[in-house]
Amino acid sequence: MSWFDSFLVRAVLAGLGVAIAAAPLGCFVVWRRMAYFGDATAHASILGIALALAFSISMFVGVLVVSLLMAAMVASLGERGYAMDTVLGVLAHSALAFGLVVASFLSGIRLDLMGYLFGDILAVGKLDLIIIWCGVALVLGLMWWRWSPLLTATLSSDLAYAAGIDPRREQLFLTVSLAMVVAVAIKVVGALLIVALLIIPAATARMYARTPEQMALIAAIIGAVSAVGGLQLAYSLDTPTGPTIVCLAAILFALTHVGGLIRAGLLVD
Amino acid sequence: MMNLIDIGSLSVRFGGHAVLENVSMHIAPGEIITIVGPNGSGKTTLLRTIIGAVKFSEGNISKREGLRFGYVPQRLHVDSALPITVRRFLSLPHYSSDSAISDSLINAGVGDMGDRQMTGLSAGQFQRVLLARALLGNPDLLILDEATQGLDQPGSAAFYRQIELVRHRLGCAVLMVSHELHVVMAASDRVICLNGHICCHGAPAQVAEAPEYQALFGSGTQGALALYQHEHTHSHHTDHTA
Repeated sequence: MSWFDSFLVRAVLAGLGVAIAAAPLGCFVVWRRMAYFGDATAHASILGIALALAFSISMFVGVLVVSLLMAAMVASLGERGYAMDTVLGVLAHSALAFGLVVASFLSGIRLDLMGYLFGDILAVGKLDLIIIWCGVALVLGLMWWRWSPLLTATLSSDLAYAAGIDPRREQLFLTVSLAMVVAVAIKVVGALLIVALLIIPAATARMYARTPEQMALIAAIIGAVSAVGGLQLAYSLDTPTGPTIVCLAAILFALTHVGGLIRAGLLVD
Repeated sequence: MMNLIDIGSLSVRFGGHAVLENVSMHIAPGEIITIVGPNGSGKTTLLRTIIGAVKFSEGNISKREGLRFGYVPQRLHVDSALPITVRRFLSLPHYSSDSAISDSLINAGVGDMGDRQMTGLSAGQFQRVLLARALLGNPDLLILDEATQGLDQPGSAAFYRQIELVRHRLGCAVLMVSHELHVVMAASDRVICLNGHICCHGAPAQVAEAPEYQALFGSGTQGALALYQHEHTHSHHTDHTA
């Protein structure tokens, strides 16, 4: 019984951590229209995992390195005049395809591909939990430290320059944070659904927030509710956990909008 | 008194193409300088170089030590996904006290806008909030890049009167770029006519009569200058904050 308790507790703690770290970052992803950029980073993580297994290095490190490389490639191709959605479309899907192909060479090792694509929160071990919370603490620390300059650079790069802030440097902080969240979230919701966990709570929070800080805080609460509630639902309905968490977040988003429409309707009457 | 900014033989190139060539100018404390010039003449590039957003290839820009400047960009789009009140916007990137924010909003002529959402402001209100933000921290120099784009004529005339009022109150120098020759010229101490290089400069009336200026804008602008003076006497009652 105590074993059962602890794996569920570990899953809850992992879900909470990722949801909280994803909230402020998700807000920036929404404000700066970086959803596809997030997808590219997340899809690249499958390649990172395959390479980490092939060279037997830490999976966290593998994902982090490949995701950062992906971000650097996106930035350099973007500067060469390709349209951003083309660059991201090429890179995101190529990284995913290469990751899947490299993974297929590793048949000797037991590779639970589904687990990496859709998450396997119930398999989070003690070491995973430590890594996840270290990553969460790092991301939250970075966000706390760079919040004002990042927000200024998001509003206008010229306003940032005029205040002595280098917007490209701030973008780098954001990219590193994104890679880090992808690396810790892959175990929880999987590579294909990480961006959902970034964007859906932030988009839902937009309805209630009057300041950027409120939006991040509300997004964290919505993310945490989705993670814990989704975990419970998945357990009782015997559904895959990662997708269930995202489904719950999506339902909260839909309810918020229906609620908003009803409120607007009442105001009209 | 020492100049706020001295610019010597400044050149800026984008990919081999010279946008600014051999531009020298200075800004003295308290004066209003307007930069005029046709599209693509490097006006915005010059301002962006001064604030540090563009790297220059030759020349030098020396700023007086401890120079504080406020910058009002050409236009700014706040994404509707980003909720932010005027008050919070004015507290970025550095914290500003409530009283400092209220003072600068009053100075910019939008004293009661502090709790409004940035996305809910009209174009005129938005520009005034940008002005208020630039006024925080008591700048020695206010830099405005076509700050009246998107405003109608009475709106921009009212905005420029606000600038004059602010200059009078705070004693700061003003460097601005504008398309609206007739509105701007009469309010300036000095006008610099730019077309990649400095064509001519001097007092507004002098510049308006300079052959280099007339070659760029036609002699008709002299009439426009008179038009402004005419308009000025009649537009005092046009309050255009909304």
